[in-house]
Amino acid sequence: MTIALTQTAGSVGTKILSVGSFRPARVVTNAEICARIDSTDEWIQERSGIVERRWAGPDVSVVDMATAAAEKAMASSGISAEALGMVIVATVTHPYVTPSAAAEVQDRIGAANAASMDLSAACAGFSYAVALASDLVRCGTCTHVLVVGVEKLSDWIDHEDRGTAFLFADGAGAVVIGPSDVPGIGPVVWGSDGSQKDAINMTQSFIDYRDVGGDIFPALTMQGQQVFRWAVTEMSKAAQAALDAAGITADQLDAFIPHQANNRITDALVRALALPDTVAVARDITHMGNTSAASIPLAMDALLESGKAPRGGTALLIGFGAGLVFAAQVVTLP
Amino acid sequence: MSQQDILEGLAAIVNEVAGVPVEDVQLDKAFVDDLDIDSLSMVEVVMAAEDKWGVKIPDEEVKNLRTVGDAVTFISANS
Repeated sequence: MTIALTQTAGSVGTKILSVGSFRPARVVTNAEICARIDSTDEWIQERSGIVERRWAGPDVSVVDMATAAAEKAMASSGISAEALGMVIVATVTHPYVTPSAAAEVQDRIGAANAASMDLSAACAGFSYAVALASDLVRCGTCTHVLVVGVEKLSDWIDHEDRGTAFLFADGAGAVVIGPSDVPGIGPVVWGSDGSQKDAINMTQSFIDYRDVGGDIFPALTMQGQQVFRWAVTEMSKAAQAALDAAGITADQLDAFIPHQANNRITDALVRALALPDTVAVARDITHMGNTSAASIPLAMDALLESGKAPRGGTALLIGFGAGLVFAAQVVTLP
Repeated sequence: MSQQDILEGLAAIVNEVAGVPVEDVQLDKAFVDDLDIDSLSMVEVVMAAEDKWGVKIPDEEVKNLRTVGDAVTFISANS
């Protein structure tokens, strides 16, 4: 006979309780980048909007950055580390196959009761993790979840590749997600198109590098125009679908916080969504470069700190990148 | 649709995307060297042309479209 088992039921609503970020100390200018590639400050700014970026030094690891951002988010969350039921670290640059970065973060912040895992969805990783965290709380599996987006992309760049050397950078951002009487995280609109796996990938596998060798250590490589076309056409649809799913219109937004891939992609999305001037648009890429899974929480923290977006306001998030994968959702800002 | 119609439509698109004066967009002008259209603006021009004329211009074809005339010929032959 089939026995009906007990299943959990959680909070009807969820929200982001707090955000924290970590920006590495070292500022890397376009002039420094151009010492190794045939390019100019003007070219880089025109193509990407990037004026400078941050790179972490050799003594600062993915786990160090993740922990620093997590501690800031926890400090303003109003909950104790013991209350966390899960730590999710979205990253593609933790330089170990195992154990996960999340396990180490869980230990360092004293989240004694939390499970932990890393999540690999590249530049969409943060939005993927927010969706999962929200559902964990809604299902009653956890009461609170820590989500960290962190990357140390400077370790995985071909510094001689003029298509990517100027683009990628390092940093971390974290949020704490918990229950809420007023629903504060809209339905996720997400997807995957693995047929475009070559649009952003690695120059070769680590096994091939070990066994066959090569000119450079495996590094990120990107088909810029292919990614740009996909981002501009498909992400505007996903972003609109996320607004529809949350039951709001673009003019009700206080902020638009897309993955900081390239200011030109952001410009195209702002046009496609017909965002009014009243919506604050994240441009954190200007001084941070493209930090993949870290870019949305870093940009969120910057918009709130600068007062450009109001606490408790409504923001549209969209992450998109290697896979190709994407995820978008509307959230209430902490 | 005449080549002149396509040229005028393309000039309007190039103007909208990159701010290039409509009268500068002539058949013999190269997108990159003469009109200063960068690779990302070129993608936006191509996407707008695809919408306007219902053509498919794959990424591998885009690099063959060196001049405005190349683009007009391709659109004319494939729309």
